Amino acid sequence: MPAPAQHRIIFKHIDEPGYTNDIDCYLRNGGYEVLKKSVTRKPEELIDEVKKSGLRGRGGAGFPCGVKWGLVDRKSGKPIYLIVNADESEPGTFKDRYIMHQDPHQLIEGTIISCFANNVKQAYIYIRGEMPEGARILEKAIAEARAKNFVGPNILGTGYSCEIYVHRGAGAYICGEETGLIESLEGKRANPRIKPPYFPAVLGLYQCPTIVNNVETLCHVRYIAEHGGEAYSKIGTPGNTGTRIFCVSGHVQRPGYYEFPAGTITMGVLLNDICGGPLPGRTFKAVIPGGSSAKVLRFGERYKGKRKVGPDMVDYDWGVEDVPMDFDSLAMIGSMGGSGGVIVMDDTVNMVEALANINAFYSHESCGQCTPCREGSLWMKKISARMVHGEARPQDGALLKSVADQIPGRTICAFGEACSWPTQSFIIKFKDEFDAYSEVKKTLPADRTVLV
Amino acid sequence: MIQPAKPDLVTVNIDGKEIAVPKGTNVIEAARLVNVDVPHYCYHPKLAVVGNCRMCLIEMGMPAVDPATKAPVMDPATGKQKINWIPRPQIGCGTTVSPGLHVKTTSPMVKDAREGVMEFLLINHPLDCPICDQAGECKLQEQATGYGRGYSRFIEQKNVKPKRTQLGPRVTLDDERCVLCSRCIRFSKDIAKEDVLGFVDRGSYSTLTCHPDRKLDHNYSLNTVDICPVGALTSTDFRFKMRVWFLKQTNSICTESSVGVNSVVWSREGVIYRITPRRNDEVNDTWMPDSGRILYKQVQSAERLKAVESLEALVAKAASIFKTSAGAISVVGSGRSSVEEQFLTKKLAAALGAQAHLVKRAGEGDKLLISADRNPNVRGALVTGLISQLPCAELKQLSGEIDSGKVKTVVAINEDLLAAGLTAAQLAKISVVYLGTHANATSLAAKVVLPTLTVFEKAGTFVNQQFRIQKFAQAVPGLTGAHNDLTVLSALTAAAGGAALPSEVGTLWPVIATETPALATMLYKNIPETGLLLDATPWAGLSFVEGETLHFKPAAPVAATV
Repeated sequence: MPAPAQHRIIFKHIDEPGYTNDIDCYLRNGGYEVLKKSVTRKPEELIDEVKKSGLRGRGGAGFPCGVKWGLVDRKSGKPIYLIVNADESEPGTFKDRYIMHQDPHQLIEGTIISCFANNVKQAYIYIRGEMPEGARILEKAIAEARAKNFVGPNILGTGYSCEIYVHRGAGAYICGEETGLIESLEGKRANPRIKPPYFPAVLGLYQCPTIVNNVETLCHVRYIAEHGGEAYSKIGTPGNTGTRIFCVSGHVQRPGYYEFPAGTITMGVLLNDICGGPLPGRTFKAVIPGGSSAKVLRFGERYKGKRKVGPDMVDYDWGVEDVPMDFDSLAMIGSMGGSGGVIVMDDTVNMVEALANINAFYSHESCGQCTPCREGSLWMKKISARMVHGEARPQDGALLKSVADQIPGRTICAFGEACSWPTQSFIIKFKDEFDAYSEVKKTLPADRTVLV
Repeated sequence: MIQPAKPDLVTVNIDGKEIAVPKGTNVIEAARLVNVDVPHYCYHPKLAVVGNCRMCLIEMGMPAVDPATKAPVMDPATGKQKINWIPRPQIGCGTTVSPGLHVKTTSPMVKDAREGVMEFLLINHPLDCPICDQAGECKLQEQATGYGRGYSRFIEQKNVKPKRTQLGPRVTLDDERCVLCSRCIRFSKDIAKEDVLGFVDRGSYSTLTCHPDRKLDHNYSLNTVDICPVGALTSTDFRFKMRVWFLKQTNSICTESSVGVNSVVWSREGVIYRITPRRNDEVNDTWMPDSGRILYKQVQSAERLKAVESLEALVAKAASIFKTSAGAISVVGSGRSSVEEQFLTKKLAAALGAQAHLVKRAGEGDKLLISADRNPNVRGALVTGLISQLPCAELKQLSGEIDSGKVKTVVAINEDLLAAGLTAAQLAKISVVYLGTHANATSLAAKVVLPTLTVFEKAGTFVNQQFRIQKFAQAVPGLTGAHNDLTVLSALTAAAGGAALPSEVGTLWPVIATETPALATMLYKNIPETGLLLDATPWAGLSFVEGETLHFKPAAPVAATV
């Protein structure tokens, strides 16, 4: 069976030969036409289109974008801010960087349309500290758009003004959490805020109502403004509309980014047909479907239950390969679509060592505010690092799991879940490996890849 | 007495007990009202809620209603409205009560959450309680015992952090003991208005420190020690001096200014080791300036006045001076004396036919807990009728009367007349009878010196700037060779020909109450520990020196001053 063709709406021009990131190239390809049309429409109409489209946020949580806009407090009399969350830091995710590097004007157009729809006068692009190149490109692109009157005062003679500022983060994963991002943007440590009362839609940046949207989400808004919410909602499956970009990394023949209508392909199609399957002589062992914090899936397991198809409840019995790649299906089988970072591991990977790597990352990135996450993430790292580099004990797997169980649901932000889900799922699904690691370790080849 | 307005009440159910609490109360405070302890570290009733320690996790639910009809959903098993319990634990500090809120603090979910947080807090804690000053008053110790598992599963290396950082002149920090609750940071920033503390580094390696080139040297720095739930911040003065469980606690009032900060004096075997604030929501909340905490050092000062002669002999000497200069005597009372002492001072002045003066002691207010009036009890002198006008900067009138020869004897009560504007030449012209605690130029020049006691060695009351009468108790026994001020004053009054008066606070109060309109219905023992607000209207026309401080706004200037 030939691999299904991609349906690129966001990544239309990514890696297109001859396509450059300057405004002339963007204008040649029909750029800013959507903005010109949009500013002649009523803002409420644009919000309605987004609501109709069913667009779900692409940052990881999959929260409906129209609902998020609907929650904004518009009666307070305070200015409304829009923040573009470009702090793409989830391991395994690399979609936003492509957009910013290769097609920055798409993001700027989407941002201005969203600002116009929500009566936002100031927008910030909070870009990850480790992406200096992206920040430079965006600065240049904003200057170009400003020169053409797409950004800045009195946009296209409509009387509507909006400025976009680029703000570089200082290099912390937690700055991608929306309230942590807001604290960081205000110049403080990125300690996420407690909700209630600090819901960004009411008390966000500088205690004003604030919308925080992912880079890709805003590009989808541009598409929706062009084609209408109705048309957009026909892409993908009900409840999971539009396209999804999958960033496939790890042990496949052709890793990379792939854009498909949500829910129309399965994990098996993505990995085997599109990415060319496992490396020669290897077999798939596990896959993390939505960035490293998503729960791991083990090849060979079965997922059974009932799901809604139209009005009916239908039984399903899936292997990993059969799972449709959309938010709801992945959530149903106990993982998540997250940010679309698909991390593939084949039979050469030792799961204890893979987890040690993930734990090292999360313990390094915990902001240190809440006790369970702060102490738990480092403890898990210390245990898994000791297993790999020092003495492993047969009971360490159970201890790790028990430590991880004390974290999720007990912290201010979702980092508690992000740091504990990998450990929980690795140990549930690969318990044998963890229990036997103390023995296996003695027989590992001396010339294997040295772990950090 | 002014009653607070009745707040809106909200009925909540905590562990099966129904209670009506004021709107806006959080779950920790509501639970306190039904004697349910919700353990916590970062939450402090007087600081902003940050909800980061996660120790106060509780199970919470709301009565179920039918989403369509809004009708209550009943539980057939109990016959009561069904409760929708939230599947995740919630923080008690950040949850304000709402009508019908149900809270469980003892469910398996809560127990598990607390055990988890306790275990996490202890894994990188040095567990050095045997050498830690906080031991005995440490929340980590108490809550580990109350809510922890009692054993450790941690076999890794603990984090290493700085052990003895001098954050400022009075505060020492042990970072390894710190649980990162951020109370001290919030206190410095929000209450003391000196943003000097913060965390550096991330995650479990987060370390409390001062901002670059800053020191924790503001006059409220020791409050960070008080609110530190663990032994991370310790008082450099008190460190390694005494185990807290050996110390006796005595309620007292700080004499630093007319704010009347409520305090606790910690002593053992007659020696004071430290002073800490005592909560009074109407006066000082839970705070106290550093400068007020070192006042106890005056008790054991080498300058203390002691008498070799008996009190009778000293009083007899004073009596003979009174006799020779009858009709030419003046009394300088003190705004640092208690209400009872001022009452007796008034009696003494009356018996001597003398005019009573008071010495003004003013400084800069700090807008928080030090007011511009550095006398703790000027209003006591007004209430008892010792004076009727506010004291002037210098004793000008007395000075003139000495020069003119009208006054030949001055009874000075714990006031240095030289510091109050008289000259050495003037003192040489007159006879001084001095009652006081410490040696000074006046005591040296005095004909008779009657040594008295410091505030820590006696009991009494002060009236603060709000006209709140507050009582203090005796913390340590009086110095040998010094006498209780009341004993001395009552003996002097008798020697001056006045009526015999009780010389103990308890027996003196009925007399004070009968003769003082503002205190008419009171007795010393009936004054609550947080004081009683007096009716200040008789003195509304006076322009007091105090500016705004915590819980105090000066009355609008009266038109008369125009």
